[in-house]
Amino acid sequence: MSNFKLSINGKNKEVEADPKTPILWILRDHLDLVGTKYGCGIAQCGACTVHLDGVAVRSCQLPVSVIGNKKITTIEGLSEKGDHPVQKAWIEHDVPQCGYCQAGQIMNASALLNSNPNPTDNDIDSAMRGNICRCGTYTRIHAAIKTAAKS
Amino acid sequence: MKVTKIKIGRRSFIKSSTLTTGGIMLGFNWLMSCDMTPQQINALPKEWFKINGFLKIGENGLVTIMSPNPEIGQNVKTSMPMLVAEELDIDWDNVIVEQAPLNTSLFKRQIAGGSQSIRQGWNSLRMAGATARVMLIKAASKSWGVPENEITTSMGQLIHSISGKTLSYGEVASLASKMEVPKEISLKDPSEFKIIGTSRKNVDGSKIVIGKPLFGIDYKKENMLIAMIVHPPAFGMQLKLIDDSKASKMPGIERVFIMKTHESGYKLGAFDNDAFNDLAVVVGRSTWEVMQAKKVLLIEWEMAPAKTEELSFFGKNVTVDTPAGLESTQDHKEIFEEMSKKKGKVVRKDGNPAAAFKNATKVIEKSYTCPFLAHNTMEPMNFFADVSDEKAILIGPIQTPEYMEQSVSKRLGMSIENIDIQMTRMGGGFGRRLYGHFLTEAAVISKEMKQPIKLIYSREDDMTQGTYRPSYHVSYRAALDKDNNLIAFHVKAGGIPESPIAANRFPAGAVENYIAEEWTRSSNITVGAFRAPRSNFIAGVEQAFLDEVAEAAGKDPIDFRLELLAIAENKPIGKNNDYEAKRYAGVLKLVKEKASWNNNNNPQVFRGVAAYFCHNSYVANVLDMVMKNGKPVVEKVYCAIDCGIVVNPDAAINLAEGGVVDGIGHAMYSAITFKDGAPEQNNFHNYRLIRHGESPKKIEVHFVKNNIDPTGLGEPPFPPIMGALANALYQATGVRHYNQPFSAYES
Repeated sequence: MSNFKLSINGKNKEVEADPKTPILWILRDHLDLVGTKYGCGIAQCGACTVHLDGVAVRSCQLPVSVIGNKKITTIEGLSEKGDHPVQKAWIEHDVPQCGYCQAGQIMNASALLNSNPNPTDNDIDSAMRGNICRCGTYTRIHAAIKTAAKS
Repeated sequence: MKVTKIKIGRRSFIKSSTLTTGGIMLGFNWLMSCDMTPQQINALPKEWFKINGFLKIGENGLVTIMSPNPEIGQNVKTSMPMLVAEELDIDWDNVIVEQAPLNTSLFKRQIAGGSQSIRQGWNSLRMAGATARVMLIKAASKSWGVPENEITTSMGQLIHSISGKTLSYGEVASLASKMEVPKEISLKDPSEFKIIGTSRKNVDGSKIVIGKPLFGIDYKKENMLIAMIVHPPAFGMQLKLIDDSKASKMPGIERVFIMKTHESGYKLGAFDNDAFNDLAVVVGRSTWEVMQAKKVLLIEWEMAPAKTEELSFFGKNVTVDTPAGLESTQDHKEIFEEMSKKKGKVVRKDGNPAAAFKNATKVIEKSYTCPFLAHNTMEPMNFFADVSDEKAILIGPIQTPEYMEQSVSKRLGMSIENIDIQMTRMGGGFGRRLYGHFLTEAAVISKEMKQPIKLIYSREDDMTQGTYRPSYHVSYRAALDKDNNLIAFHVKAGGIPESPIAANRFPAGAVENYIAEEWTRSSNITVGAFRAPRSNFIAGVEQAFLDEVAEAAGKDPIDFRLELLAIAENKPIGKNNDYEAKRYAGVLKLVKEKASWNNNNNPQVFRGVAAYFCHNSYVANVLDMVMKNGKPVVEKVYCAIDCGIVVNPDAAINLAEGGVVDGIGHAMYSAITFKDGAPEQNNFHNYRLIRHGESPKKIEVHFVKNNIDPTGLGEPPFPPIMGALANALYQATGVRHYNQPFSAYES
């Protein structure tokens, strides 16, 4: 057990945990930030995507010990009022079916737009390939990313 | 104006205090707080007046509508309350939707399955709204002293146009709640609908995009521990003993023990699927710590004996044989070879198929197979349980709460009144959460621990647990005469452990000489309903086979089907044909028109067509494929659907799009295979699901417009697309695919 100081959604947090504990479980079990989802635990589904200094990472493969002073952003902190352009586009296109994967999809899509504000269809296809949607809302996700890119 | 007079089952609408009694309310506040946006919380009324079990009205006019059925992503949490709101005549913006708890005395059929929620709730939900509206009118009549028939309503307002008086629903809600429940009720004619047939956004959408804790796996309670299980690594094995000397000393671990999901002698119900009855359980303070302890837990497994069990299937006793041994996919292939050569059990016969095949000019004969599939809901199996001697509180994702309440009651020896099941939003269902063994397991673990626990399956636990879509084999023969008329049709379908046959479906009824046979072979690999059970294979292969027959007959594949459907409509052959040929042909004609089937002048676009009827709805697809860098790419899918009245069009389109993507994905990529009883896939690195970029670039959904009461939509768009995909692949590559997943057989 070690003590870690983390910056999550602009707030300082302190946790006692095994250094190997993935950030996913720190968020879910230690900090009650359950918007970040467990899907596979092996970085194959993208449900656990968060931002580390603005870059999309799979939190299930990211031990708490390697974070250092990098800033973590989760779905709960993507915007203050749920009005990030990607969140708004998701509502406009009424993307979710079950909704479970969508936090990860939104975090991945918003990171994509951070680095590439006008992605092509191919850019979106390759950036979003790591995020599985079992309900099959891909065409809506794709359209919502394009809408968000325009705004 | 056409009105429907319907006698109502009054029990559901009698004012009930059940919603406020202790048992039902416990834990409910947590779910309720998740259901509301901050704006809604600010606008909450000071007081709610319950009009009936489905709705309550606040003094400020806000209305809370209970959504009775489990939400698995099919969007019933929005569309079911829309039915209530329609008849209540309220502004949808003034509606708050709450997930109802399990309450069999108030709500009927609180199940997510069989594409039945809207179909079976169509009358009762509208009546709930209409009943409340009449009670509001009665209240206004009383306070104004005018006859009821002089009062009309509009969007939450009561109007007496003679005097010009108006009242809001909120103003008379208190009085309305004391009015007598009407004995008979009139429902609107579809032409009067204001909400049904208009697109309304997912009521949870704004919460989903900000990561609100809506799902079972998100549920928390003080002092709650995390529990995980270890099940045998292979079907045909069982737990013998555990050595927990290391595991129980791992950090954060509270206890390690063996549990029995069911005690011996327990008569399993339809949804008690138990591949592995004896499980190792690890309970600790956090998920990660429990996962680490599982790794060092030593378990000795042994071969499980063959067994014969009597199960209770909806009141009927069914005997099920489970063989011993470790099965491999290779064994299943050999069973397919062997059984497809033998005669099956004849389940339908029209005319004289043997003679017709003998006299045929051409006989086309093909066989098709598919593997087992895991449902792979994105949210793995989980459930919260807080079981004491007096009561059991169970919260989580379950498609069959009514049935599981009975199972838990039997397992815990606790009366149903003391069992409280709360439904959370589910991260996918697809049939997997019909089988609530995980709920029973959670209850048993909590009872053992004397503490609240949340049971979580890891992805690997989930994918290797069973409850799979069965593996099927179907052989077809078709006979054409010298004029290329289809004169005989033979289907022989079997599977492990069930057959996918639907003997009375098309083309039965359209062919003079028809024979359907089935066979089954038992297995210790457990199976369960998977989105559109049986149809999810036989639809696609039947439609692929018909494509090949049309080709052999030198006919356009749509015209060929329409010719057969014309026979089924005008001179149906045989009895018990379970589809309406006219509606079937209707979706084919609609998709033909929308896809401009006769005007595909682009030689780079390869098209496949398919149509199917299941779960009371009709779906036809045209799939456009192009070759990019030598690889087939699905460019566009046209989807025509007849599911009667469409309640929430944009959400219905979303569901149909999902069905299309899901169908393409599973036909193309997914499989569970076995080696010595063990599944060879256990997570998404070796189990392929369709991914972004592999789904169609565009999906166009069209509904047949009619006033038929709504039928199902969760399942019907899923099966036929597999046939359209196979047929387009053939056009694009010249290769016909007979075995799923197609990608595994690509050269």
